[in-house]
Amino acid sequence: MKYASEFRDGALARGIAATIAAECRSGAQYTFMEFCGGHTHTIARYGLEELLPGNVRLVHGPGCPVCVLPVGRVDSAIELARDHDVILCSYGDMMRVPGSHRMSLIKARAEGADIRMVWSTLDALKIARQNPGRQVAFLAIGFETTTPPTAMALKMAKAEKLDNFSIFCNHVLTPAAMRAILDGESLALQGIIGPGHVSAVIGIEPYQEFADRGQAIVVAGFEPLDLLQAILMLVRQVNEGVPRVENAYVRALPAIGNAKAREVIAETMTLRGDFEWRGLGTLPNSALRIADDYEAFDAEKRFALPYRQVPDPKSCACAEVVRGLKRPEECVLFGKVCTPDNPIGSCMVSSEGGCAAHWLYGRHRKGGASQHREVA
Amino acid sequence: MNEFADSSQRKFTRPLDVERGRVDMTHGGGGRAMAQLISEIFAAAFDNPYLAQGNDMAVMPAATGRLVMSTDGYVISPLFFPGGDIGSLAVHGTINDVSMSGARALYLSASFIIEEGFPLADLKRIVQSMARASTEAGVPVVTGDTKVVERGKADGIFISTAGVGVLVDDLSISGDAIRPGDAVIISGSIGDHGVAILSKRENLDFETAIESDSAPLNGLVAAMVEAEPSIHCLRDPTRGGVAATLNELAHQSGVGFVLDEDALPIKPAVRGACELLGIDPLGIANEGKLLAFCPAEKAEALLRVMNAHPLGRDAAVIGQAVADDSRLVRLSTSFGSERVVEWLNGEQLPRIC
Repeated sequence: MKYASEFRDGALARGIAATIAAECRSGAQYTFMEFCGGHTHTIARYGLEELLPGNVRLVHGPGCPVCVLPVGRVDSAIELARDHDVILCSYGDMMRVPGSHRMSLIKARAEGADIRMVWSTLDALKIARQNPGRQVAFLAIGFETTTPPTAMALKMAKAEKLDNFSIFCNHVLTPAAMRAILDGESLALQGIIGPGHVSAVIGIEPYQEFADRGQAIVVAGFEPLDLLQAILMLVRQVNEGVPRVENAYVRALPAIGNAKAREVIAETMTLRGDFEWRGLGTLPNSALRIADDYEAFDAEKRFALPYRQVPDPKSCACAEVVRGLKRPEECVLFGKVCTPDNPIGSCMVSSEGGCAAHWLYGRHRKGGASQHREVA
Repeated sequence: MNEFADSSQRKFTRPLDVERGRVDMTHGGGGRAMAQLISEIFAAAFDNPYLAQGNDMAVMPAATGRLVMSTDGYVISPLFFPGGDIGSLAVHGTINDVSMSGARALYLSASFIIEEGFPLADLKRIVQSMARASTEAGVPVVTGDTKVVERGKADGIFISTAGVGVLVDDLSISGDAIRPGDAVIISGSIGDHGVAILSKRENLDFETAIESDSAPLNGLVAAMVEAEPSIHCLRDPTRGGVAATLNELAHQSGVGFVLDEDALPIKPAVRGACELLGIDPLGIANEGKLLAFCPAEKAEALLRVMNAHPLGRDAAVIGQAVADDSRLVRLSTSFGSERVVEWLNGEQLPRIC
C-alpha cells in the first residue's frame, strides 16, 4: 500500500533499532513518554519495544480522548440520551465506556435511548436535518485533532439555523495534559514523543515550554518507522544534552500547524475554567467550551446538564495508566475482570487505550506474543 | 407451513402491481391477497417438483448416509449490496454452513418476515435473486413461509433459511478435529464482503470496486472432500472474520495457530479501506470463503484441487496449527514481529449478514 507500507519496512526498522542501540550510552537511562494513544497502538501492534535496548523505556501517556474523559462526563452523556429525549450522536469509541453503575451508551441504547454511532460531525448534522421534530446532540470528545470538525459543525449549524442541533463539548488540550504530567509525580522522563495529528493543528511551538523544562521533544507520525526515527532523534537529543522541539513528521506536518483550523476553533470555542480529567484531576484552562456567540448550540446549557464528579471504579488503575505510572498489566483488574468484552475502565475500551492495545496484540502474555515493557 | 406451493392455480382479478405496490397487512392475513402474493412472487420463482406438491410440507426421498441440518437468519443492511443481496446471501450462507461438514446440501426452506410497506418490486427482486442462487447451487427451496408485521416492527425484510444435506462418505470433518501441525488454508481473498457492505452503509458510503464474495461453496467442498477425505475441519469465516473463526476453533480443538501475514490474500482495495477505517481485515466477514485444515503433507495436493475450482483460484496456505495450551492465534507480521490476533468486539459492524 503506497505511503503506508514504506513506513512499515521491518528490515529498515531493525536498521534504525541497531543505530539506537549503538548510540545509547550504557549506564544512561532513556525514558520517553509516547503521549498519544495512536502511538501506543503502533508500538503494541508492531512489538516495537522488542527492538529497543533495555535502557530505552517507553511509557504510555494520556493522549487517548476516551480514556481521559472522567466517569462524570460519561454519566452526563448517558443522562442526555436517557432523560432529555434527544438523539445522541457519538463516535463509536464512546459507546462501551462504562459510567456509574456499569451503565454505558450501548446499554442505554438497549434500554431504549436513541443513540446513533456516527463517523463524522457531518453525519450528526444530517441526522438533525432529517429529524426537525427531535433534539439532536453530538457528543464531542478529543484533543485538538477532532476539535476542528466540531467547530465546523457549530458554524454550519449556526449558518443553517439548525436549532434542533447542539453539541456536548468535551474537547481537551494537549499542552495542558503534558504540563500536568510534568507537574505531577516524578516519572523521571527524558523526553516526549509528541502527537502527530494534534500537532498538525497546533504546530510544534506549544511544546517549547516543555523543552525549556528539560524535555527532549520529537513529534512523530504513526507508522513504526516514524516512531523508531523519533526515538533515535530523542536519544540523540539526550546524548547531546540540548533538549529542543523537533519535527520527525515533516511529510504531513508543517511546523506552524493549521492556522485556519485554529481560527475556526477560536471563533466557536473558548477556554473552560476547570475541567476534570480522568487520572489528571481537575485542571484549569485545560479544555474548551462552546463560545458565548454559539451558546445556543451548547447542549450543556440547552439541557442544563449538571456536572457531578464521580470516583473511578474501585481498583481500576486507569488513572495511573494514563499518567504512565502503571503498565496495563500492573492493574489488578487487567485481563481478569476487565477485558474488552467486559471493560471496567476506559483504557480497556478505546482502541487508543493503553490497556486495550496491550490486550488486543497480546503484549501482556508471557510465552504468547512476547511482552516487553521494561520496568525501569 | 409450505405456503409457497401454488397447486390451486388460482386466478386473481388483477395481477399484483409489482412496480408501484407495497406489501400490506392483508398479504400476511391468510386470505386471497396472501395467496396472490405467494403465487405471483414466490411460487413463480421457486418452481420445483417438491414445492409443486402443494402441501404444508415437502416430501422428499430418503437419503442414505448421515443427515446434516443447519439454520440461519439474515437481517443484513443494506438489503442490496455490490455482489449480492439478502436473498442470494440467505441461500449461500445456509448452503455453506451445511457444506462445512463435508455434506452434499440437498434442500432449503425459506421463511420471510416482511415489514408492512415493503415495496413489492424489492421483494420480487430479492426472491428472484434467491431462486437464481438456489438454481445455480443446485439446491432447491422446497418449502417456505411468509409473515407480514406492522410498520416499524421489522426493517424491510428478514429471511430465515434452513438447509438439509447428506454425508455419504465416511468423513469426520469437525471443529474439534484440528491437530498441531495441520496446515491452515483459506480459499481466497479476505474481507471482501464486509468492506462491500461497509461501503454502502448510509453514514459511510465510499466509492469502491469491491464486491461481496457471497457464493455457494458446495461445489468447491465436494471437489475437496473427494480429493482429500483426510481434511480435519472446514469452516466459513463469516461474522468476526478469520480472527473470530480461528479463535473459536483454537478453543474447540485445543490448539493454537500461527499465521503468516505475508501469505494472507487481501485485495489492495480491501486493505486500503481497512487502513482508512482503522479496522483489521482479519476481523471482517466473508460470505464465499472457507478455511480448511488438513495434515501438512496433504496441503499441497488439496491446494491444487482448490486452485482448479473457480471459487478456490486464490486459495493459499496462510499458517499452521500448533500445540499451545493457551490457545492463542498469533500472527508473524510482515514487519518481522509477532502479535496476537484477538476476537474483535462486534458492534463495529452490526447486521453484516
